[in-house]
Amino acid sequence: MASVNDVVIKIATVNGTGSASANSLLRKSIFRMGVPVVGKNYFPSNIQGLPTWYEIRVTGDGYHSRSNRVDVMVAMNAQTYEHDMADVKPGGWLIYDSTWPRNRQLNRDDITVIGIPLSKMCNEHFDGARARILMKNIAYVGAVAALLDIDLDIITTLLEETFAAKKHLVQSNMEAIRLGYDYAREHFACPLPMRVEKMDATAGHIIIDGNTAAGLGCVYAGATVGAWYPITPSTSLMDAFRTFCSQYRVDPETGKRTYCIIQAEDELAAIGMVLGANWNGARSFTPTSGPGISLMSEFIGLAYYAEIPAVIFNVQRTGPSTGMPTRTQQCDLLSCAYASHGDTKHVLLFPADPGECFYMAPQAFDLSERLQTPVMVLSDLDIGMNDWMIPELEWDENYVPDRGKVYSAEELEKMDNFYRYLDVDGDGIPYRTLPGVHPKGAYFTRGSGHTKLGAYTENSDDYQEVIDRLLVKWETARGMVPEAEIRYSKMNKAALLTLGSGDGACREALDRLAKQNVGLNYCRVKAFPFTDAVRDFIDKHEVVYVVEQNRDAQLRTLLINDIDADQNKLVSLLHYNGMPINSGFVVDKVLDEIAKGRAA
Amino acid sequence: MSYIAKPKITHPGLNKNELGLTTRDYEGAVSTLCAGCGHDSVTAAIIQAVFELNVEPHMLAKMSGIGCSSKTPAYFASQSHGFNSVHGRMPSVTTGANAANRDLTYIGVSGDGDSLSIGVGQFVHAIRRNLNMCYIIENNGVYGLTKGQFSASADIGSLPKKGLPNQQEPIDPVSTALSLGATYIARSFSGDKEQLVPLIKGALLHSGFSLVDVISPCVTFNDHEGSTKSYAHTREFYNHVINVDYIHPSEEIKAAYAEGEAMPIHLRGGDTIVLRKLSREYDPTSRASSFKYLRDRFNAGEITTGLLYVNEEREEMHELMGNVDTPLAHLPYEELSPGKEELHKLQSRYR
Ligand SMILES: Cc1ncc(C[n+]2csc(CCOP(=O)(O)OP(=O)(O)O)c2C)c(N)n1
Ligand code: SF4
Ligand SMILES: [Mg+2]
Repeated sequence: MASVNDVVIKIATVNGTGSASANSLLRKSIFRMGVPVVGKNYFPSNIQGLPTWYEIRVTGDGYHSRSNRVDVMVAMNAQTYEHDMADVKPGGWLIYDSTWPRNRQLNRDDITVIGIPLSKMCNEHFDGARARILMKNIAYVGAVAALLDIDLDIITTLLEETFAAKKHLVQSNMEAIRLGYDYAREHFACPLPMRVEKMDATAGHIIIDGNTAAGLGCVYAGATVGAWYPITPSTSLMDAFRTFCSQYRVDPETGKRTYCIIQAEDELAAIGMVLGANWNGARSFTPTSGPGISLMSEFIGLAYYAEIPAVIFNVQRTGPSTGMPTRTQQCDLLSCAYASHGDTKHVLLFPADPGECFYMAPQAFDLSERLQTPVMVLSDLDIGMNDWMIPELEWDENYVPDRGKVYSAEELEKMDNFYRYLDVDGDGIPYRTLPGVHPKGAYFTRGSGHTKLGAYTENSDDYQEVIDRLLVKWETARGMVPEAEIRYSKMNKAALLTLGSGDGACREALDRLAKQNVGLNYCRVKAFPFTDAVRDFIDKHEVVYVVEQNRDAQLRTLLINDIDADQNKLVSLLHYNGMPINSGFVVDKVLDEIAKGRAA
Repeated sequence: MSYIAKPKITHPGLNKNELGLTTRDYEGAVSTLCAGCGHDSVTAAIIQAVFELNVEPHMLAKMSGIGCSSKTPAYFASQSHGFNSVHGRMPSVTTGANAANRDLTYIGVSGDGDSLSIGVGQFVHAIRRNLNMCYIIENNGVYGLTKGQFSASADIGSLPKKGLPNQQEPIDPVSTALSLGATYIARSFSGDKEQLVPLIKGALLHSGFSLVDVISPCVTFNDHEGSTKSYAHTREFYNHVINVDYIHPSEEIKAAYAEGEAMPIHLRGGDTIVLRKLSREYDPTSRASSFKYLRDRFNAGEITTGLLYVNEEREEMHELMGNVDTPLAHLPYEELSPGKEELHKLQSRYR
């Protein structure tokens, strides 16, 4: 099992023991060696004491998804030792803390077990219970560094950067690393046949999670009002917004803020605040997850019908109900697309990685204000909370927010009458006015039946005229949302179609299938409603494998509903166990279908 | 079908305010509520208050939830933006609106069902934030719009038109607001315009959360004998403790009131109101004594009205947060974006 820059390291620890910084040190040091990495955190819905895992996939080929294998297991948690050992791929390695004898019953002949007395060494070397636990975690970084040939100088530099203000910590951390490093080198043949080697594939890249990127995107979009109610896995989005705002949105002279974050009493209030703020001309958003969307539904319907902009980030987690709050899924496509009672449908954006979380933030605000309707960005736990390598974020200095059709005081002054819901331009989007601008702009915003003039109505024709005009707007939206990413060759009769975080696994699967002479085309949708290109793409194929992370084939349902896609062509490949999808799943499922006689 | 624009006829004899507007300019569509509904009298009082305060119509935002009461913003100030939101959620919409533009005057009109039943959560949290708004509850003890079921403000023993008396404890918005730290708390009666208009004016001028709980009888479902929210019951047990006068900044305060009876209150916005106490025992600046007094009078079956508590010290939401004075919605994009260079710089931490 010799390989260079193609290894999966999984670290099993206990929640709340400070392993997170050790793991990120390991991940960062490989990245700094110029080698692409993927970092995934599998954590419990718990603050302290339950098992947690961190998986680092070293991928010289630069793939983005998780790999469904473990080459090197760092088994630091006795509680999960048996399970962790079973996880290792035949021919792989298991590192454990040999301070305490392990259960000899649990053994495997097909892997190499490496014992390092981490606790013993740290107990001898450091004082204090807390320091010893922390240092034990740092020490395994040293052992892994020796075994995989990770550059110690890079680790030192990283520690110096992290503890720039606390020099003594650099030294103690380095001592712990050396304990693990030296022990491994003395007792085992280092490096292992699977190792890391410097390359030059990470220049111009960063490692970031989607929630941080989305929070930053909101700052760049010019959002000023954020309202939220905490819920995993979306909480860190508002945390990021707050952090960036405290850096960029505080007047240095007066110390006053140009942003307002309101922790609402619940999600009903959070979305109500977002509507109030957008109605009043501020860019306002709320991050949430599935349960929050359920609570927000009534207001989302109001925003659709009264035509009020609103940006909602739904960082999806495993449902239904409370489900598995710290696991990922794409299970809210339908509940978001049709949120609220009555005939409603909403514009959705599907970022595939943190980079798109950043860029889709201003895009969501632009679309929402242009279309005067809620726009939901459907990220998920995998994108939102895991560490992704992406090209460095760029900003177009010429960006001007699209505030949509809003009459100014001057325009209103010249008009005889303003009517809120008139389709002046024929694109289904009326003009709006903001409070505080001009008395002629006044109108009554309501969720009850209204005419195109904005008046209350119970008249069937007047009601229907407005509700039909909203369909014209829907078609306008179709032409405005981001285009799907399409790879097409006439040679192929079948294709993969996916969205969001399915992208990495699908693209890797395409490479792997190609090596087995299975050629597939590819379409990744980036938005709902679906563009004409998506319709054409499906038309051109005999079979389209729809890859998504939910049980009920929600994307497939949307394709059938929205663009009347031929359901006989759409074959679902569904991954919904809560773990991020991997390429092996897609490859196996496609090969199964081909074996059953399906076109490739 | 209730939105009927009124023909605008200028009556040469109508008084004009400092903006040159008449009360007609502050009117709205013709009401579609039942004839005699208390809510229409509240509408009239609001019109009088904003007219007398010279409120620029476009600087007023009218907010509401759902219910007969929540319809009333359609019936006044047609030159002001209105937002008829969803049932029980007016406070959150107003919170967001105010967060975006702190320069507007916010008047929220709600019902007892809207604020104390379905919306009690949002009601109490708006108070906790000391949201700068005037919050009027048109309190009739029932859900008018859904035909007369008891609301959370129904008193124990109050009789419905048909069926058994209410057995559950009422939620009193005044003492709730008092315990949550609202900074301007008044109660009044739709049938007492003389008292109500100055209370609304004070509420509009006050910086922070002002509650005006108005007993506003529902003639159709809760005005019968045995109802504790009827016109007759309210009149009979009315205890008027404090009057309030608004003093225009140009008028100097006359020290004509006898000591212990008059109390000028300087509002944070620079205006002054004068409280005239009709009951010597009452101290409207003390939460503890207000609480006790209200409770005692309630137990005696009385409905205490007037400006019941005022606190001009506490800062409102924006001040508490330390936000800029300019409305956030007015900040130019250049002031909000950190720019290209900075984006490049900050990413060093992600390498
Ligand atoms: C979510 C929701 N549930 C129920 C209703 C039905 N509904 C409309 S108004 C109302 C009660 C209004 O009572 P109140 O706020 O006291 O106003 P009033 O009509 O008495 O003035 C109810 C239950 C609704 N509109 N929305
Ligand atoms: S039902 Fe009651 S509250 Fe509603 S309009 Fe009629 S009198 Fe007023
Ligand atoms: Mg009521």
